[in-house]
Amino acid sequence: MIKFLKPYPIVVVGHVDHGKSTLIGRLLHDAGKLGDGKADEIHAASKRRNREDEFAFALDSLRLERDQGITVDTSRVWFKTDKRPYVIIDAPGHFEFVRNMVTGAHAAEGAVLVVDIGEGISEQTRRHAYLLTILGIRQVVVAVNKMDMVNYDETTFNAMADGIKEFLSSIGITPISVIPISAKAGLGVAYHGDETRWFAGPSILEGLDLFPEPESIKDAPFRMSVQDVYKEGDNRIAVGRIDAGSLRVGDAVVLQPSGRVLTLAKFQPWSDDDTPQISAAAGQSVALNFEQAAFVQRGDLLVAQESRAQTASSVQAKVFWLHADPLNLGDVVSLRIGAAKHEVVVTAIDSVVDLQSLESHDGNSIPCNGVATVTLVSRSTLVFDTDHNSPMARAVLSRDLTVAGGALIVGRAQSAGEDTSHNLTPVPSAVARRERAAWFGHKGGVFWFTGLSGSGKSTIASLLERRLFDLGVHTIVLDGDSVRNGLNQDLGFSEEDRTENLRRVAHVAHLMSENGSVVITSFIAPAESDRSAARSIIGENFHEVYVKASVETCEQRDPKGLYHKARLGEISDFTGVSADYDPPKSPEIILDTEGLSVEAAVDHALSHILEAVDHVSAKQQEAALQVAARA
Amino acid sequence: MDHLTQLEGESIYILREARNRFDRLGMLWSLGKDSNVMIWLARKAFLGRVPFPVIHLDTGLEFDETYAFRAKYKDVWDLDLIADDCPPIEATDPTLPSGARVAARKSLGLNQAIDRYAFEGLIAGIRRDEQSTRAKERVFSPRSSTNGWDVRSQPPEFWNQFNTDFAPGTHVRIHPLLNWTEVDIWRYIERESIPVVDLYFAKNGRRFRSLGEKGITETVPSEADSIQAIIAELETTKTSERAGRTMDHESEDAFERLRVGGYL
Repeated sequence: MIKFLKPYPIVVVGHVDHGKSTLIGRLLHDAGKLGDGKADEIHAASKRRNREDEFAFALDSLRLERDQGITVDTSRVWFKTDKRPYVIIDAPGHFEFVRNMVTGAHAAEGAVLVVDIGEGISEQTRRHAYLLTILGIRQVVVAVNKMDMVNYDETTFNAMADGIKEFLSSIGITPISVIPISAKAGLGVAYHGDETRWFAGPSILEGLDLFPEPESIKDAPFRMSVQDVYKEGDNRIAVGRIDAGSLRVGDAVVLQPSGRVLTLAKFQPWSDDDTPQISAAAGQSVALNFEQAAFVQRGDLLVAQESRAQTASSVQAKVFWLHADPLNLGDVVSLRIGAAKHEVVVTAIDSVVDLQSLESHDGNSIPCNGVATVTLVSRSTLVFDTDHNSPMARAVLSRDLTVAGGALIVGRAQSAGEDTSHNLTPVPSAVARRERAAWFGHKGGVFWFTGLSGSGKSTIASLLERRLFDLGVHTIVLDGDSVRNGLNQDLGFSEEDRTENLRRVAHVAHLMSENGSVVITSFIAPAESDRSAARSIIGENFHEVYVKASVETCEQRDPKGLYHKARLGEISDFTGVSADYDPPKSPEIILDTEGLSVEAAVDHALSHILEAVDHVSAKQQEAALQVAARA
Repeated sequence: MDHLTQLEGESIYILREARNRFDRLGMLWSLGKDSNVMIWLARKAFLGRVPFPVIHLDTGLEFDETYAFRAKYKDVWDLDLIADDCPPIEATDPTLPSGARVAARKSLGLNQAIDRYAFEGLIAGIRRDEQSTRAKERVFSPRSSTNGWDVRSQPPEFWNQFNTDFAPGTHVRIHPLLNWTEVDIWRYIERESIPVVDLYFAKNGRRFRSLGEKGITETVPSEADSIQAIIAELETTKTSERAGRTMDHESEDAFERLRVGGYL
């Protein structure tokens, strides 16, 4: 006898009236699972409605379902073969109940697709089959039902079977078998009869036993969406159910989107008698105690260090929509990935699938039970996977407080800039660069300060700003505080987000310098790649300023106490302590703050800047303006 | 992974979701095997203690052994117990069959508790394999302002994402054991050494397979006098778990009518 095995979940799908519930009732009967009471109850309920024994009543338990002879909502029953236990999920075939079909089917590993030999493949058959592929169900047997209606004719069956196979292969499904049956007569379900002696394949029960065991997500990279945080004394304990992979005490994991690295100190025990847990795997609910005191909140994602999830503010997703009102371009809905919840805007509906023809076309909305590829843009950072076996690739959309659709994340959407750039023709400015220069008395320019925390960037930048302004120079300082609170408030401190932060700063600085300003940016900007990207965005107006001081000196100064915190492990990825700094290879200006006083460094920078922007005195400026006016 | 560990992980996830989403949360404790498992899981989920009230809908008709069990484990498990009396039988729908009317007292008791304590979420230990209308339930199941169940328009629920956002005034039933079967419950009781009322074990050839009130719950023939024997019995039985429940068999849709009216 098989014990303790997880029942293999099977969903039975197909068009209404093609005989799904009858097939299940017959399966249960033939597998010896219909209880004594149940068979009698079915007999009585059938007789009351003047019908022959309706095996469908085994599942269609609601009065509405029995009176109308349809399945309204999904249901579950359990049975066993010699090979393994099964749980069958019955799913309604009616168009109005697709949401219930999805509710049932999502839990399945394999499916039985029922097709009526008289009616063939209908739109609903296509819709169900297509949804199976989106839900990730690839194991399928096809039951060609009601063979008694065509006198078990081999030729009729073969023609139908070929059509079904062709359709399924067009959506990426290769069925284990296409099987002729009569659920009502009980043929082909547990065993074949003389009527179909010409058929060499398995019965439905034998076909189910051929489905391979599901792939384990225990071997996948670790993922856990933080569900809640419990406080025990001073401890903050992150709880959740491991979504993929496994975790051991001592493992280092990354908290996304912040990028912080955390080390698992222990699994929090639930009672004093609880044996200390050393490891846990996908499917287990755990309570995690980290060595570092970290700020963790619901919706954060814990991931394996060597295999992080992706981050972006917009994604492309394949969506199936279950809400009665269509999903329209511009709609705002909630996107839930694990325990994270984001408000997103539908900014593009790229292709809507016609479930009759399975062809895609353009559209502005997805109707109820429709499928389309869409672009979703969020104000907060989305953390996700694109491998469809990962639970972090399978998101849910909700509207009006209820679950309204599923979204399979395909990848990052092209950012708005990239996406529309081919539609934009830059309009040349009506004011020439030299006109502005003449007006301001200097050209625009970007002075890109880089250096360790504590090297003196902010101090020097701020003094410079004052000195430049007093000289009549149009100037501004861009630093973390000025961009992180507004423009870049959606960004965290992950590697990707830091790069994105600097990319945006470079663009803003470029625009300002084009407008004639002298811009000083003050960021650590540790990566050579980010700085050279800024150089290519800004072009000839870019000047790199290396504010140079050793880690030891900076740590001694430690004006914000950050080095101290970094040494304590309270801040991760801290440049100079736990993250690298690439010194500039050929900066335009070097300010060595170990050798120079602050004043000397400011003087040095000032003269260099004035020269670089062709700063002219007030008198010279007046003359230049007259020249420009005449020209 | 072991199937029981999988089920445990899922139920704890559901309980923690409920706790995160609802401020006014309660758990129904029928004193039966399933709700003892549920309390056990809640103690695991919340690191030792059930952090919300536990409600026993008391008809005054429980067996003596059941009341003794309640008195003992209320203290052992440090439960915050609410055990108000259910309204009398006269207050129930007179068109229901007589056994169902006794059960309907609990529906009224439930409504009374919801009104009295303003619960937004109530956790109940029903399972899909117990009864075929329960098979169609959702894990997070919204109820109307009159606590009714609208079987025709249940929201979709998939990929571990539950409907946890509701308009103020709505109340939600939460079913952490929906995917467990009867034999799963017993195997888990065995694995975790969870205490249950003795009435489940056979004496003189009969035992309670499903434990309800005096008068509407019958014993079934059985020799199973230990957890192991019960598990062995369930592997082969063809009778249904609720065979001993009068109200299930009085009329075809008695149970559905009870559930639409708010019964568990």
